[in-house]
Amino acid sequence: MSTNLKNLEVPYHRGLHRFAVILACWTFLLIIAGALVTSNDAGLSVPDWPTSFGSWYKIPKLVGGVKFEHTHRMIAQGAGLLTIVLVIWAARAEKRRWMRNLAYAALGTVIAQGILGGITVLYYLPPAVSSAHAALAQTFFCIAVIIALFTGKQWIEEQPRVEFDQHRPSLFTLTLLSIFILYVQLILGAMFRHHGLSWWPHVLNAVAVSFILAWTAVRALSLYSHIEAVRRPAILMLSLMIAQLCLGFAAFLTRVEWGKDAVQPELPMVLSTVAHVAVGALLLATTVVLAIQVWRHVPVAFEERVPAAERHVSAA
Amino acid sequence: MNTKADRASLIIATLALCALFALTACSKKENTEQSNNAAEQPAAQPAATPIDPATVATIDGTVSFDGTAPKEAKIDMSQDPGCKGMNEAENIVVDKGKLANVFVYVKDGLGNRTFNVPSAPVELEQKGCRYHPHVLGVMAGQTVDIKNADPTTHNIHPTPKDNREWNESQPPSSPDIEKNFAREEIMLPVKCNQHPWMKMYINVVKSPFYAVTDKDGKYEIKGLPPGDYTLAFVQEKLGEQDQKVTVAAKETKTVDQSFKPAAD
Repeated sequence: MSTNLKNLEVPYHRGLHRFAVILACWTFLLIIAGALVTSNDAGLSVPDWPTSFGSWYKIPKLVGGVKFEHTHRMIAQGAGLLTIVLVIWAARAEKRRWMRNLAYAALGTVIAQGILGGITVLYYLPPAVSSAHAALAQTFFCIAVIIALFTGKQWIEEQPRVEFDQHRPSLFTLTLLSIFILYVQLILGAMFRHHGLSWWPHVLNAVAVSFILAWTAVRALSLYSHIEAVRRPAILMLSLMIAQLCLGFAAFLTRVEWGKDAVQPELPMVLSTVAHVAVGALLLATTVVLAIQVWRHVPVAFEERVPAAERHVSAA
Repeated sequence: MNTKADRASLIIATLALCALFALTACSKKENTEQSNNAAEQPAAQPAATPIDPATVATIDGTVSFDGTAPKEAKIDMSQDPGCKGMNEAENIVVDKGKLANVFVYVKDGLGNRTFNVPSAPVELEQKGCRYHPHVLGVMAGQTVDIKNADPTTHNIHPTPKDNREWNESQPPSSPDIEKNFAREEIMLPVKCNQHPWMKMYINVVKSPFYAVTDKDGKYEIKGLPPGDYTLAFVQEKLGEQDQKVTVAAKETKTVDQSFKPAAD
């Protein structure tokens, strides 16, 4: 993102922005649908791919596990089609080359995600592939959200209020660390859900997540709360983190403690685990938005960007 | 990302995430991939070791449950209107202190004997959205004949450790599915991804000396050559218990076993 946005005349396309918001919402729905598949143990109820019970187009009877799995596939196809439309629209309307590239990246991601989903079916849910499918789903969601952000009126038309960050580690570094630790948490959670790992690494890492995200939120809110573009995602990130910890506890109780001898997926377990996945996706996306806003509004102080050896001593 | 330190941090973070994924790749399902590559059919069977029918012995007995019988969990079948019938789980089935669905087999003592694989299949039926029987014994290489007697589609998905994994759907009124398992494996789970409460266990053994206890906890193993054996009693939740047994020629020996409730 090195293009000087302030110099380039970038028109605001309301239609493109609204479409990007629709894609982001659709993707969130897809994440919920995918979580329902896993929580209801319905991942292989449609045994073939890319066809469904041998057909490319017929919708099978939506009962039992097929109800979740095939609905998930149909919503995923919708996400793919919406992404293709977005790419075409962005190619025609967007003057920012990096935005067009971001749309292409979204298309590549959703195609890769579809292939990963197919591999999970063909190879009977290998934990590594299932976990990658889960992680890439949330990555695609983040891409959809930031496309919506970058096409928004505020991003395009505002003159950003900038305050240089003198603290170390910088707030931007903290947001990147937050994204990293959330990805670790996502992978550990996916590995547990897909029976590749026990529950305790995910729970242990939650402590690290809480610490780092709290540190980031406190720094952002204590020093930069007057910058609305930083304050709002920071508050949302903190709120979502607290909600996610509560949901994680509920998911642990319903699945690990009370549900260990369950004869079938029970509603409290399904609801708490699906909500935990969904809020996790929102939390990751919010943290990415915060990182971007911090990059824009609270950049690292200039002296740090120029290595000491390269600075020229000015004449006295 | 303007400094070398930032770039290095990004590379390290990416490598760490990749390492996490590599960790998942080292988890289970390696056996599945290996067994997917292995032949589904066992190698050509050597000739069966002759057994003198005039000397064979019988082991029978009763398996009991030593404790308060757990209440059978109710199953909610409402997600498929095609599912009607008995809706209680079969994890631990106790009737008047007797334990059903315990797999009993000769674990050790047969030496290098080989046995003919029966040409007759064993049947596994899906009826009322339940598997019948809940616990099945079959010889390695013997055909399992899977039927769907329900007005709804089932999918049969064994999840073995030592055999090939597969997953097939079976619509109503469709032909039977015939499969076999090449390697010995005890308590091989089978489930239906359409109906998550549907679970059963297939026990694949090398000899014909096995039985499954009935609702009265009774079992009988016939045709056993005289000798010293280890008899194993396996229950899906309560684990395995072994007993050493010696049978003489033409003897009928009673070997009872009891299981205690699992510790909470």
